[in-house]
Amino acid sequence: MDQLIQSFFNLEILSQASPILLSGFWMTVKLTLVVVPLGLAGGLVVALASTSRSRLVRWLTVIYVDFFRAFPPLVLLMFIAFGLPFLGFDPGAFVAVALSFLLNTSSYYGEIFRAGIESITRGQHEAARSTGLSGPQTMAYVVLPQAVKNVVPDLVSNTLEVIKLTSLASVVALPELLFAARQAQSLTYNATPIIAAGIIYLVCLWPLVRLLSRFEHRQIALH
Amino acid sequence: MQLERLADTFFNLQVMQQYLPKIVEGFFVTVQIALAVVLAGIAAGLALALVRAFRIRALNFFIILGVDVLRALPPLVLIIGFYFALPTIGIRMSAWVATWLALSLVLAAFAEEIFWAGILAVPKGQWEAARSTGLSFVQTLTDVVLPQAVRLTIPPLTNRTIAITKGTALGAVVAVGEILYQAQTAYSFSYNPSPLVLGAAAYLILFIPVVYFGRWVETRFAWKR
Repeated sequence: MDQLIQSFFNLEILSQASPILLSGFWMTVKLTLVVVPLGLAGGLVVALASTSRSRLVRWLTVIYVDFFRAFPPLVLLMFIAFGLPFLGFDPGAFVAVALSFLLNTSSYYGEIFRAGIESITRGQHEAARSTGLSGPQTMAYVVLPQAVKNVVPDLVSNTLEVIKLTSLASVVALPELLFAARQAQSLTYNATPIIAAGIIYLVCLWPLVRLLSRFEHRQIALH
Repeated sequence: MQLERLADTFFNLQVMQQYLPKIVEGFFVTVQIALAVVLAGIAAGLALALVRAFRIRALNFFIILGVDVLRALPPLVLIIGFYFALPTIGIRMSAWVATWLALSLVLAAFAEEIFWAGILAVPKGQWEAARSTGLSFVQTLTDVVLPQAVRLTIPPLTNRTIAITKGTALGAVVAVGEILYQAQTAYSFSYNPSPLVLGAAAYLILFIPVVYFGRWVETRFAWKR
């Protein structure tokens, strides 16, 4: 027990490591605030493209979505972080992470938005058009608000996954929470920073998990 | 000229030929971990959901707590915790085991929630009818409720399983010799990104069929509205 406290819950080590952990935490927050809106916007574009009248555009969207859903996010990240410099463009860790997350999460968010749009009956569309709204207006004011409302649980679930995924940025040395924890561990020769990072993730993400659990039960129970 | 340089950088046949055997080796390691994770994760998730059906308060409290923790923690944090933090209290495991255990636990947590939601979705009347024909609680659970529950859970469970299997790439961080690790090592030896292209191709070969399988399952087992 003593050894456990010494190695995992060492307060002295924690106070030494807390500045690094704190700056890592803020980097994770910053990353989340960049990556989630970017993914949502990208996903919306993907979903709108998948309802396009042009068959070519729809077809390209399916390829895009399937391609990036088949790639593990870490593979994509490494490919962009290590491959792009060979094209004479070194994006730096933050941009590499943002770019690979955009490609990955926009295809997931895109599928969710598409399912939402498809859940709105044609009648809504036709009724809106017959009142004189234009096609884009119908999409923006009638279809999308209802579509988004229908897929809120999936959007929250995917957002939780995206936030958890930001920990991958540690692999390309972006100093976010996990990277900071590992750095602090190697400086202090003690595992407390890693446990602390785990607890920080837990405290921040637990409310989302609870919320989701409630959504899921309601969703399956309705069917 | 530009194009030639590009081809030489990303599709360098000489480099590819040299490292292809390594990538193939990694391919089988990835498949191996993925299968082990799917088996262990789903079995453990199902077992936990069944235990939860007995509604023993103290036990359920710990199941819910454990599931929540595993859903809130990033899998990479778990892997790193298992591999780098546990040894400091004398618990040692190989990188393979750390990756497998972390991903299996995460899958088990998600699977438990999905199975449990499925069990709850079976109408109460089914329970009552089965019990009144003389079936015991356990028989009702396994022979009447579970088969109906499992059908409901197949689409969400398939999607979640696919997402978690892709996490096998995280093993590269603790040097499990799977595809990404092999590609990354080859890249740093040759200082040429062609092995990364090979690795990416290996993932596509492995996961495109899986993504399509997931789509098929979604339409095949779609909930009747």
